[in-house]
Amino acid sequence: MIRRLLPHPALSVLLVIVWMLLVNELGFGALFLALVFGVVVPLVTSRFWPERPKVRFGRDALAYLLIVIFDVIVANFEIAWIILTRRNRDLRSCWLVIPTELRSAEAITVLAGTISLTPGTVSSDISSDGRALLVHALDVADPAAEVARIKQRYETRLMKVFR
Amino acid sequence: MNPVAEIAIAILLVMGGIFILVGSWGLARLPSLMTRLHGPTKASTLGVGACLIASMIYFPASGQPWSAHEMLITIFLLLTAPISANMIAKAHLHRQGHSIDPNPADGIPEGLPAPPTGDDWATFRGAESSRDD
Repeated sequence: MIRRLLPHPALSVLLVIVWMLLVNELGFGALFLALVFGVVVPLVTSRFWPERPKVRFGRDALAYLLIVIFDVIVANFEIAWIILTRRNRDLRSCWLVIPTELRSAEAITVLAGTISLTPGTVSSDISSDGRALLVHALDVADPAAEVARIKQRYETRLMKVFR
Repeated sequence: MNPVAEIAIAILLVMGGIFILVGSWGLARLPSLMTRLHGPTKASTLGVGACLIASMIYFPASGQPWSAHEMLITIFLLLTAPISANMIAKAHLHRQGHSIDPNPADGIPEGLPAPPTGDDWATFRGAESSRDD
């Protein structure tokens, strides 16, 4: 019963929090509307998202978030430095193929998003069987080492978050 | 206003402005669409983020109520930037087919690598019109 009424409990909680932050005041009316949205939106959209992703919101998820935020800041300095100092013909751009062991769509989406936000890489496509990501790197000296770094830094951590 | 807050706001605004400027400069000077994508996905996220943090410090420090909207803008930006970059990249793959060179300025022609397993990249599958020329 609860499962049918709340197909995505985490999404419901997130919607309530985001709505309250958007309204930017604590009141009964706003909270009521937030709860209505928190129940109705997951129900209406559950057809498009039938399976409940298995996510563990714990220490691993928090550690992953902090690492990503740190890397986003570092990435900005790196990219700014490359844009300002490197001549175009000296850019060592290349395509990276990152084979991934992650299977759930949500986990692969998070990995692709992380790759796009972090140092010098933009994820461009996924292989038709969903087992490898196509990534464009702006400037890497050693493509194999970069692939290994991404797998070790993000993928192994994501595997602990998404079972 | 508290001088510490004022200095922090000034530093954040200047830093944010510089990052946005550098990101836009990268958009103008990098050699190809794929390399240009790197500017807006990264340099501007931190630039806008820094401006928003400055705004989050400014309002409480000047005695006005605190607002959570800046935090939401940052989160939405971090969620949407990779997705729009991915959509642009996919559209580019559709138009150019397998021959996209990662950096046309370096004089080394390189095409797309093949995926290790599966038939092809998802963008090309099922589309007979994926132009390989």
